Amino acid sequence: MLMTSVVEWFGELGQFTWKMLRTLLLPPFEFREFLRQLDAIGPKSVPLVMLAGGATGVVMSMQTRDSLVHLGAKGMLPAIIFYSMVKETGPIITALVVSGRVGAGIGAELGSMRVTEQIDAIEASAVNPYKYLAATRVAACILMLPLLTLVADASGFLMGWVADFIAEPISLRLFLDHATRNASLGDFLPPTFKTAVFGLIIGLIASFQGMRAHGGTEGVGRAATQSVVLCSLFVILADVILVRLIVLFFPS
Amino acid sequence: MKEKNGNGKNGDAIEVTGLKKSFGPQTVFKGIDLHVDTGESVAVLGPSGTGKSVLLKLLIGLQQPDAGSIRIGGKEIVGLGTDAMNEVRKGIGFLFQQAALYDSLTVDENVAFPLRRHLHLAEDEVRERVHKLLESVGMADHGHKLPSEISGGMQKRVGLARALALDPSILLFDEPTSGLDPITAREIDDLIVETQKQRHVSSLVVTHDVAGAHVFADWGVLLHEGEVAAEGTMKDLDRSSDPYVAEFLKRG
Ligand SMILES: Nc1ncnc2c1ncn2[C@@H]1O[C@H](COP(=O)(O)OP(=O)(O)OP(=O)(O)O)[C@@H](O)[C@H]1O
Ligand SMILES: [Mg+2]
Repeated sequence: MLMTSVVEWFGELGQFTWKMLRTLLLPPFEFREFLRQLDAIGPKSVPLVMLAGGATGVVMSMQTRDSLVHLGAKGMLPAIIFYSMVKETGPIITALVVSGRVGAGIGAELGSMRVTEQIDAIEASAVNPYKYLAATRVAACILMLPLLTLVADASGFLMGWVADFIAEPISLRLFLDHATRNASLGDFLPPTFKTAVFGLIIGLIASFQGMRAHGGTEGVGRAATQSVVLCSLFVILADVILVRLIVLFFPS
Repeated sequence: MKEKNGNGKNGDAIEVTGLKKSFGPQTVFKGIDLHVDTGESVAVLGPSGTGKSVLLKLLIGLQQPDAGSIRIGGKEIVGLGTDAMNEVRKGIGFLFQQAALYDSLTVDENVAFPLRRHLHLAEDEVRERVHKLLESVGMADHGHKLPSEISGGMQKRVGLARALALDPSILLFDEPTSGLDPITAREIDDLIVETQKQRHVSSLVVTHDVAGAHVFADWGVLLHEGEVAAEGTMKDLDRSSDPYVAEFLKRG
């Protein structure tokens, strides 16, 4: 019973993805809607992502510092914060926070458009909703996730320094020097670009859940909740695979 | 039954034969035939829940029938692919029972939506056309408002303006005058007649307003329990000896 509904869900998601991809081949491209979605997903998520990244940086700095002092390796703190922020914590924190904000937003918006027949109205106007609504949102998520991740990385690193500075003053310049002494672009690019995949997952699942909503207001609520749950879940599962692939193809 | 309407001498705008539709165990249409001549206006009457809205959605391909044929302007639309269906839809003006305005767009933008998407007009011309359309439904002063800021009857009128935006040759209206006061309702009836005369459009209008149907309809079709219970000119229907028809028209 559960098995069949899981298989059905993947089947429908596959169909949905196919219908959406097909629309990308033909003009017109929905630039207005795409820009609107870029704004809704990117700039409007910045405060949240900064806060989440910053808080993580502080916690990491305080906790790691303690252990390092015990081990007598205090000097490694900047590098540890830098690497863990850039390689894993920044990307995953960003993806999870965006799963919550954007996943729920898209799920609820498209869900309520579905149950109030607005999606039917788009179709009746001879406009393809897979293109107009879904493709624009998915594309905006793919583009915005890496940029938001950079924001989280920077904010986390900066707040990590602040926390360290309070414990024992050190200039930001020196902190940064220590952090990036052995760093290369290869440490930096793969984990940042992997978040485009997280963006794809979030945009796709949220649009899919929203557009298949049914059953009035309750259905809209269900679409939003399921969207958040599934986005977060698949982001974490995808991360396992992506981290493995990155280690495989970009060994440090 | 009485003579067929118009004898198809102008060609058929809409030709429905043997249409069947069920939702699970519930049969909505047992196989109905229906026919709208070019330039003709047909009123579809019937009690709540007989499937009038479902009929309109079948005609524009938002739902698929279980059996039967639907021809729009001579073209079979059952089983048509999305892109081909969209070509047909461009010639149809569709009004939803609940208006289904896009709630993130203003009244102006709602009416401009089909214009922007399908005609490549200068921005000035879009604005001018939108103004004219809104004026024809008495909504010109409310263009800047969001759908949530206007009443249900006003939403209906904006939906009407949006449906007329592309100068469609076929109108499918779901209760254009429900929820309107008698005077506005009469204005909308007159608007339908006027559009009819000016541009020789064909229309199929679902309505509960029997008095209104007398104003605009050349032909009336009464649906009951999945079948066409009676059809004829509105005068014929008035004179019907069938007790159900008489009862329905008297009460409506
Ligand atoms: N998507 C759907 N799924 C299941 N049943 C449906 C669906 N749409 C309509 N129905 C059923 O089909 C029947 C006809 O519905 P429809 O909305 O066409 O009625 P109507 O004639 O327009 O009524 P009203 O005059 O109240 O608007 C109803 O019994 C309804 O329950
Ligand atoms: Mg209805």
